[in-house]
Amino acid sequence: MTTSEELTGVERDGHYAGETAGRLPPGRNPRHFGIDPGEPWPDDVPMDQDDTHWRFENDPKAAKRAENRIAVLFVLTLLSSAGLAWDYISNDGQTQVAAACFGVGLAALAVGLILMARDLMPGNEVTASRGHHHVSEDPDRVAVAESLARGIEPFARRAFLLKVLAPVGGAFSLALLFPIASLGPRPHRDLLQTKWGRFTRAVNQDGQPIRPNDLPVDGILTVFPEGYMDDALSPTLLINVGQAPFRIVKGNEGYNIGGIVAFSAICTHAACPAKLYNTQTHQLICPCHQSTFDVLDNAKPVFGPAPRSLPQLPLTVDAEGYIVSQSDYTQPVGPGFWNRG
Amino acid sequence: MSSTVERAAAKKRYSIGKSVLDTVDERFGSSKFLTSALDKIFPDHWSFMVGEIAMDSLIVLIITGIYLALFYVPSGTDVVYAPTSGHVYAPLVGQHMSEAYQSVINLSFNVRFGLIMRQAHHWAALIFLAAVTFHMCRIFFSGAFRKPREINWIIGLILWQIVSLEGFTGYSLPDDLLSGTGIRVIYSIIQSIPLVGTWLAYDLWGGRFPGPTFLPRLFVIHEFLFPLLIIGLLTAHLMILWRQKHTDFPGPGKTETNIRGSRVWPQYALKAGGLAMMVAAVSFLLGGLVQINPVWLYGSYNTFTVSAGSQPDWYLGWLDGAVRLWPHWEFRSFGHEIPNPFFPGLLMPGIIFTVMFAWPWIDKRIYNDYKAHNLLDRPRDKPFRTGVGVAAIIYFIDLTLACATDLLANDLHIGFERLIEILQIGVFVGPVVGFFVAYRVCTALQRTNAHPIQRPIGGVIYRTADGAYHTLGEHHPAPAGADGNGHGNGHGPDTRREEEALPTSAGD
Repeated sequence: MTTSEELTGVERDGHYAGETAGRLPPGRNPRHFGIDPGEPWPDDVPMDQDDTHWRFENDPKAAKRAENRIAVLFVLTLLSSAGLAWDYISNDGQTQVAAACFGVGLAALAVGLILMARDLMPGNEVTASRGHHHVSEDPDRVAVAESLARGIEPFARRAFLLKVLAPVGGAFSLALLFPIASLGPRPHRDLLQTKWGRFTRAVNQDGQPIRPNDLPVDGILTVFPEGYMDDALSPTLLINVGQAPFRIVKGNEGYNIGGIVAFSAICTHAACPAKLYNTQTHQLICPCHQSTFDVLDNAKPVFGPAPRSLPQLPLTVDAEGYIVSQSDYTQPVGPGFWNRG
Repeated sequence: MSSTVERAAAKKRYSIGKSVLDTVDERFGSSKFLTSALDKIFPDHWSFMVGEIAMDSLIVLIITGIYLALFYVPSGTDVVYAPTSGHVYAPLVGQHMSEAYQSVINLSFNVRFGLIMRQAHHWAALIFLAAVTFHMCRIFFSGAFRKPREINWIIGLILWQIVSLEGFTGYSLPDDLLSGTGIRVIYSIIQSIPLVGTWLAYDLWGGRFPGPTFLPRLFVIHEFLFPLLIIGLLTAHLMILWRQKHTDFPGPGKTETNIRGSRVWPQYALKAGGLAMMVAAVSFLLGGLVQINPVWLYGSYNTFTVSAGSQPDWYLGWLDGAVRLWPHWEFRSFGHEIPNPFFPGLLMPGIIFTVMFAWPWIDKRIYNDYKAHNLLDRPRDKPFRTGVGVAAIIYFIDLTLACATDLLANDLHIGFERLIEILQIGVFVGPVVGFFVAYRVCTALQRTNAHPIQRPIGGVIYRTADGAYHTLGEHHPAPAGADGNGHGNGHGPDTRREEEALPTSAGD
C-alpha cells in the first residue's frame, strides 16, 4: 500500500477530496494562514480551520447536476463562436448579431466559471494572520538607515560641491526645456490678429462674395476672409438688424453697412462659435456654455460666463459692390490669454 | 476500484504539476512566492468587486483599443468622402472631412465587426470610469485611505485623473464636430493659464488652434503615453495592495492583525475570471446593441460650426458644468489678464484635487488618529467624513447637471438662464444640506444600529407561547464591532435570522 501512503501527502498538499480535513497544528502547515514556522500562533487565528470542503462534496447527484449545468453553459459559448463565424462569413458581420454572440458567449463562460467556483471548487472563508502589519523590526530599520548614511555623509561634507550642484541642476533643467520649445512656434502677435485686413472680401462657406442685398433683415451669415476659410479666429457673423436701434459705441462709427453689422463668431469665453441668433431679442447665444450677447448693444455679454463683447469688424463695400472689411478687428478676438493687453 | 484509478490519475497530475513548478523553481526559486500567491487571502465584500471591474474593463479597453488603432489614421489632412467600394454612408458623400474622421467612418461601416469594437471600446471606457469613481468613493467612505494606505490613495487619485484624460483624448480622436468642440474648449482653458498658457497651448497643438500636428500627437498621447502611465501606476497600485493586504470591514472574529477571506486559488481566481468575462460580455452587448457616439451624425469638425447639445462624456461633465456656472469674471491688470476659463477649468479642480490628495492627512488631524488600520470604518462611524463625502458628491452632481443646462432647460420647459441660476445656488446650498443630512443620518444609524438598506429601522416584538413579550435581539446582544445585525459585512452568519426563528422553536 505504498501508493496510499504517498497519497496522504498528495492529499494534504493538493487538497483533493475532503478526506484530510481537520486540525492544522501550529507550525505544521504554516503557509495556510500566513504564520511563519517558529512564530507563536496568534490568538486571532483559529487553529481548526479547513477550507478544503466544497459545496456538493456530500451530494454526488447534485455535483453531477452542477457539472451538467456548467457544461450546458460552455456549449452555449461554443454555439456563440459558431454564430460569430456565421455572422462574419454569411451575414456581413451584422452588428447586433455579433453583439448577441459576443455577449452570450462571454456571459455563458462567465457564469460557467463562477458556478464552477461556487459548486465544485474547494474554498470557504478562512482567517489568516496579517503578519506584523508588514512592518520591519527595529534592527532592520537601523541597518537600512546606516546603509543610507554610508553615501550621504561623505556627500554632505562637501559643502562646496553641493553649492555648485544646485545651480547646475537648475540650469540643466532649464536646458531640457528647449526640446519642448520645439513642439510649437512662438505665439508672438499671432493671437492678436486675424486674416481680415484692408478691403478683405467677406465670402460665404462656398467661397462666394456677398452683396449687402444678399442678406435679408434678421438674416445671419457666417463669412470668412477670402482665401482663409480654415483660420480658426477669423469666422465672422454678418447680421442684418434692419431698422432695429443699434447702439454705435465711440470709435466704431462707420463700421456698419445700413443695418448690416459684423461681429466675431468666436465666443470671448471659450472660443465656440456663438452662432445661435434669436431674431426676437437680437441676441446671440453660444451653444457651448450659454453666453448671451446683445447684438443691438454692440454684442455686449448679457448672460453667461463670457467676460467681453464680441469684437466688431468694420465693414464697407468695395467698387464691385461686395462686402469687405475696412481693416482687421481693432481688438483681439476669441477667449482671453495672459498677454492679450 | 475506480477510486484506485482516480487516485493514480490524481497522483500523476500532481507529479506533472510538480515537475513544471520544479522546472520554474530551478530558474527563479519561485516556490515560496508562488505558494503565498496561490494561498493569498482576499476578503469578500460586494463593494470590493468594483475595483476588479475597473481592472477588467481596462483589459477590454486594451484589447479593443489595439484593434481600433490598427484602422485609425491620425491625420488632419482634408479629404472628400468618396468611398469606392463597400458600404457608403450616403449623407456624407462629397463632404470635406479629415482623414481621421474618414477612417472612423470606414471602421464603423466598412470593417466587419469594426463598429461593435468601436462601441464596445467606448462603453468599456464609460464602465471603467464609473467603476474607478465608485471604487474611489468606497475607499473614501470606509476610511481605507488611512495609514498605511495613503500612498495608494494618491496613486489612485492620479490614476483617476489620467483615466479621465485618457477617456477624453479617446473621445476626441474621431475629429467629429462634437469632440472637436470639446478640444477647442480645452484649448481655451489651457490658453487661459497665467504666464505660460499661450505658449503651452502652442506647444501642445503645434501652433494656433486647430494646430497642424494635433491629431498625430493626440494619437500618441491616447495610445502610448496615457496607457503607459495607467498600466505603470496600476501595477504599483496592485503591488502595494498585494504587499499591504486588503482591508476588511469589522466583523465577528476580525481584528487588525488577522484577515478573513478565501484563498486566491482556485475559487477566488475562477470567480475573478468569471467577473472579467462578464464585464467583457456587458461591454460587447452594449457595444453592439446600444448606439454610442454616432460620429457620422455629428459630421466632421470645422472651426466655424457647432451644435446645441454639446456635452462631454459623463465623467468630465463636472468640469464643463463648472465652466458654465462660473460668472463672467476675469482679472486684468498691468497689461495682463487671467482669463475667465482658468478659474472654473483649472483653479477649482486644482483646489478640489489638492484637498483630495491631502485628505488622508486632514483625516488624521480631524480624528487625531495617526495609527495604522486594516479594519475599515463603516460610513456612519465617521459622520463628519461621510458628510464631507456626501457634500462632495452633491457638488459634483450639481456641476454635472450644469453641463447639460441646454438639454435640461429644454426638457423642463424653463429658461436656461433660470436653470443656470438654480444650479449656481445649488452648488453652494446642495453640499451644505447634503453634509448635514448625511451627518444626521449617520448619527441616527449609530443610535438605532440598523442597517440602512438591508433591514427596516425599528424593533420587532414577538410573543412567546406562554404569553411573554420580547424584543427581538434581546437574547443575543450584537457583539461589539459588528453592525448590530450580528453580521459584520453581510457574510458572517446572520444571527438575526436565527433569532427570528426563536418564536417558532419556543412554540414547539
